[in-house]
Amino acid sequence: MSGLSGKAQERLLYLISPIGLLVVWQILLMLGFGDRRFIPAPTDIAVRFWSLLASGELALHVGVTLYRVLVGFVVGVVPAVAMGLLMAMFKPVRIFFDPLIASLFPIPKIALMPLLLLALGFGDASKIALVAIAVFFPVIVNTYVGAANIEKIYWDVAKNYGASQTVMFTRIVFFGALPTIFAGLRIALAVSFIVLVAAEFVATKSGIGYLIWNSWELLQVDVMFVGIVTIGILGLITSVLFQEVERWAIPWKTE
Amino acid sequence: MAVERRGAAIDIAGLRKEYLSGPGRVLALDGVSLRITPGEFVCIVGPSGCGKSTLLRILAGLDTQTGGTIKVDAPGWAVENAMVFQESGLFPWMSVEANVGFGLMTRRVPAREAAPRVDAALKLVGLAKFRKHYPHQLSGGMRQRCAIARAFVTDPGMLLMDEPFAALDAQNRVILQAELVRIWEQTRKTVLYITHSIDEALLLGDRTVVMTAQPGRIKEIIEVPFAHPRNLMTLSASPEFGKLKLDIWRVLEDEVMRARAEAER
Repeated sequence: MSGLSGKAQERLLYLISPIGLLVVWQILLMLGFGDRRFIPAPTDIAVRFWSLLASGELALHVGVTLYRVLVGFVVGVVPAVAMGLLMAMFKPVRIFFDPLIASLFPIPKIALMPLLLLALGFGDASKIALVAIAVFFPVIVNTYVGAANIEKIYWDVAKNYGASQTVMFTRIVFFGALPTIFAGLRIALAVSFIVLVAAEFVATKSGIGYLIWNSWELLQVDVMFVGIVTIGILGLITSVLFQEVERWAIPWKTE
Repeated sequence: MAVERRGAAIDIAGLRKEYLSGPGRVLALDGVSLRITPGEFVCIVGPSGCGKSTLLRILAGLDTQTGGTIKVDAPGWAVENAMVFQESGLFPWMSVEANVGFGLMTRRVPAREAAPRVDAALKLVGLAKFRKHYPHQLSGGMRQRCAIARAFVTDPGMLLMDEPFAALDAQNRVILQAELVRIWEQTRKTVLYITHSIDEALLLGDRTVVMTAQPGRIKEIIEVPFAHPRNLMTLSASPEFGKLKLDIWRVLEDEVMRARAEAER
């Protein structure tokens, strides 16, 4: 009999597949399958990870990447939510923005990077702008869909109980759309890492993307893997934090 | 003890509602005329699709008539009407107290004045202990109580109720009917109450309006002579109640059959 609760046991079970994969990977390399110069073993990556962490170099790149993601995320999300709500509430706004979104959404946002470099230069601004543009689209679409699908009875109640346009906007449509908005934010969070790391491959001297690209040019394969693993860890941590924020922001959402 | 009857007076004259449905036009209401005196509790029964909900929605300002007039005389009432919907329509993102206070918040009633009114309304429906709960944490009966408190807290000239207890189980319905009668006996507001149940109409109201199948017209208006305060259990077991129920069923029967034939065609 183990003293662990069912939930803790379940969490431990989740670790079986990733740990198993690492163990198999390590054993195969130790048995001589594959060249360790090109495919480092998990232990090699761990050692390199530790040394980069200890030197403070990794923290520097992580800090820069997180800063760009965070600022770009906020800059893109705030107008996306506001405009998505306005689209749901006012038909002219919808008619104006619908074709723009339909034509701009499918453009791979990384294709805008040269333009942004031209417009904003090689500093943080161009990367932040890219993240903002990339998160804007999934969030505006989700916000609009969420707000447009609010049950009719809530509009009726609000109207019958004297809600002004402002109350409608801030108390009804926003909260009614919030669960769907959060689904959009979750996608946007992943998208922001994807475009930013790609953007950091060029035209910058810092960030996880730079770390990966630079180590490719120097053929430091283990450092490349450290960069890749770091992004995975950042993705995991931000996603868990995000779930906590969601739980706090949508207390009425039933599990 | 006689409580003064208070509430809005309603004068509906020649009300007509037509709407487009696919290629054709549907006449939902035709020539509906009804006068309701202040403090009267009027129940409307009719087969499904007779336009009774449409009538209420027009009174609530959620729909507009094609013809005819509605005059509401509500002197001294800051809020003309408040509606209780069939599905409670509580906002899931607001706590019970925020839901109840919604109609005060929208009208910019200052918190100092709103708080005691919300308190009183919560006590009135027995939800004072659940003020911080969210609607999904309440049972169906409690949700409807909350919706009733939300309507009463605004002190409206008239209450519009659209089958508020239809979705509840039989026991909860009996309890809430009794509570509604008790609250009404204390406040004596004008109430317009829609139901498909003759029993409910007789238990709650002063008059029962029977409507025809589509297009909705008023077929007959029946006085309900039972005195207040009412004990709904003993009332529903009395011979007078049974007789009146049968009378109304005879008026309603043709319309229900006609509505069915219409639906099956």
